[in-house]
Amino acid sequence: MSGVLLDLARAVPAGVAVPLPVLLPLLGAAVLLLVPPGAVQRAVAVAVLVTSGADAVLLLARVDADGPVAVQAGDWPAPFGITLVADRLSALLLLVSVVVLLVVLVYAIGQGVEDGDRAAAHRVKRVFHPVYLVLAAGVAFSFLTGDLFNLFVAFEVMLTSSYVLITLQAGPEAVRSAMTYIVVSLVASALFVVAVGLVYAATGTVNMADLRGAVAELPDGVRLSLAVLLIVVFGIKAALFPLYFWLPDSYPVAPAPVTAVFAGLLTKVGVYAIIRTQLLLFPDDTDVTGPVLLVVAGATMLFGILGAIAQTEIKRILSFTIVSHIGYIVMGLGFFTVAGVTGAILYVVHHIVIQTTLFCVEGLVERRTGTSDLSRIGGLSHLSPGIAALFALPALSLAGVPPFSGFVAKLALLRAGADVGSWVVVGVAVLVSLLTLYAMATIWGRAFWGRPTAAVPDADAHDAVEVGVRTVPRAMVGATAAIVVVGLAIPALGGPLTGLSQRAASDLLSATPYLTAVLGG
Amino acid sequence: MIAATNAAEATDVVLAPTGSSLVMALVVGGLFAAGVHLVLQRALTRVLIGLAVLTHAGNLLLLVAGGLAGPPPFVGDDGAVPEGVADPLPQAMALTAIVISFAVSALLLGVAYRSYALNRDDVVQDDVEDARIARSGSGGVA
Repeated sequence: MSGVLLDLARAVPAGVAVPLPVLLPLLGAAVLLLVPPGAVQRAVAVAVLVTSGADAVLLLARVDADGPVAVQAGDWPAPFGITLVADRLSALLLLVSVVVLLVVLVYAIGQGVEDGDRAAAHRVKRVFHPVYLVLAAGVAFSFLTGDLFNLFVAFEVMLTSSYVLITLQAGPEAVRSAMTYIVVSLVASALFVVAVGLVYAATGTVNMADLRGAVAELPDGVRLSLAVLLIVVFGIKAALFPLYFWLPDSYPVAPAPVTAVFAGLLTKVGVYAIIRTQLLLFPDDTDVTGPVLLVVAGATMLFGILGAIAQTEIKRILSFTIVSHIGYIVMGLGFFTVAGVTGAILYVVHHIVIQTTLFCVEGLVERRTGTSDLSRIGGLSHLSPGIAALFALPALSLAGVPPFSGFVAKLALLRAGADVGSWVVVGVAVLVSLLTLYAMATIWGRAFWGRPTAAVPDADAHDAVEVGVRTVPRAMVGATAAIVVVGLAIPALGGPLTGLSQRAASDLLSATPYLTAVLGG
Repeated sequence: MIAATNAAEATDVVLAPTGSSLVMALVVGGLFAAGVHLVLQRALTRVLIGLAVLTHAGNLLLLVAGGLAGPPPFVGDDGAVPEGVADPLPQAMALTAIVISFAVSALLLGVAYRSYALNRDDVVQDDVEDARIARSGSGGVA
């Protein structure tokens, strides 16, 4: 089976396989803008993501067997042209992202964000699918790009479509918090341009493989300031302490599927950029950046979860848990060991899936009860045992209860921490796990147990989202169930996945396979 | 500098010397100062102008990163490249960044207009969460 898959993967030329997840969604978006909304638009969007997903599977199989694959756009040789690189880390994250994007797309179709029949929804349904595909292209490009400037371009593609998605409803609340989100993102982008400019001024190249050698020759102070500047730039996007303030304010106002995909992917792309740049470009600064990242990771975990505990609305609680759990990933990176980075990669995969699942379930709850305010919901486990089950599994997983995916990933991280003797941050990580369980138990106790309450009437009857209906569309439940199953598959495939993450981590730390693939022997 | 990092690949192109004039450094610094000041204002239009100034400062810095100005990097009819040509790569990058910031500014203006239409006010609205905490009087979050 895997042999057949590998043969198939090798049969696809690298020049097709690597750029496809970037180019196909962009092409699809262009086509969708010309097609009137309806069944054709939905079918094309789903087909594009299914094709990208199949390509990602083949790419992962090939990269895992043969090592990183690099493609030079237009055949311009490496330090000059635009390089796309797929290694184990980027192929793995690409696959997980496309799966999540596909599931959320089905969920969105079920919810009818893009398919209301009211006048206000017309605008939304016209642009939702094209913009969603552009977002998919931006995420894929961020994972695959091989140079720093194109990473900036990829971020902008992704963020610009996210600006459109977050303002889709265009109500007062959405516009207010979208404004915060856009302004903060733009300041981060301006800083990113500055970072690229300074890197180029110092080294004369922006190709990441080429930079590896060039950066190593810089004076210590210059190199370290570039490393820290990039951590700050990506730290804003990844919502690290103390730069996370924008996230819990802006995510909760978007429609459920949009929040779900943001929660799963956008911050994780920022974390991926931190992992990639720190490991590839600044391996000589780990004695300074390592402790800094560990302190930041501990603070991110702790402040994030304390914020979550203080909230009384499901969406806000979940938004704060995103922040909190980004800390775990950064903690794994901060150890700068194979075990630590392995744990970080496992945690990224786990967190993309589980956080998206939780927001999908939150959408179901909101659909069912008309609100996500915990003081107005009760007894959901009597009203909808199905939703209760769908919430319980990912919630336990997020808290790291065995045998779910969170346990596998957290165990890897804690063991990595114990290996290097960073007991303080390990202690914080364990404490935050317990507090996460507490936050999840709060949602469970207040929303799912107790006396059933009547549905809250739809606050804004004119927006595209209909809430407070007794029956939740089947496609929404089906999509949520599907992603819960994906979450359950992570611990089931724990062995192979850990092996893959380990190989990815040692590739990242040695960097040789990546450099050879891009620059040639 | 490209030639220096990958001499084997390229024909020897001598780029303009690296570094920057004091004037350019001061202009970039001034733009950053003005941009940061404007972004910290409460009025939305000032924030928007501030962001435009900030991104311009970034783009200019990208351009300065390429070194001093020189003749355009064209290959002559005889296949020779003039000595000390301007580095074209940062210019290409700055152009891309300008296009991106243009698109995002247009979108942002749209959102800002929407915000004005909804609130009849040009001021960034309070965070609901902050407002709730302030009302409850328990303090806690600054």
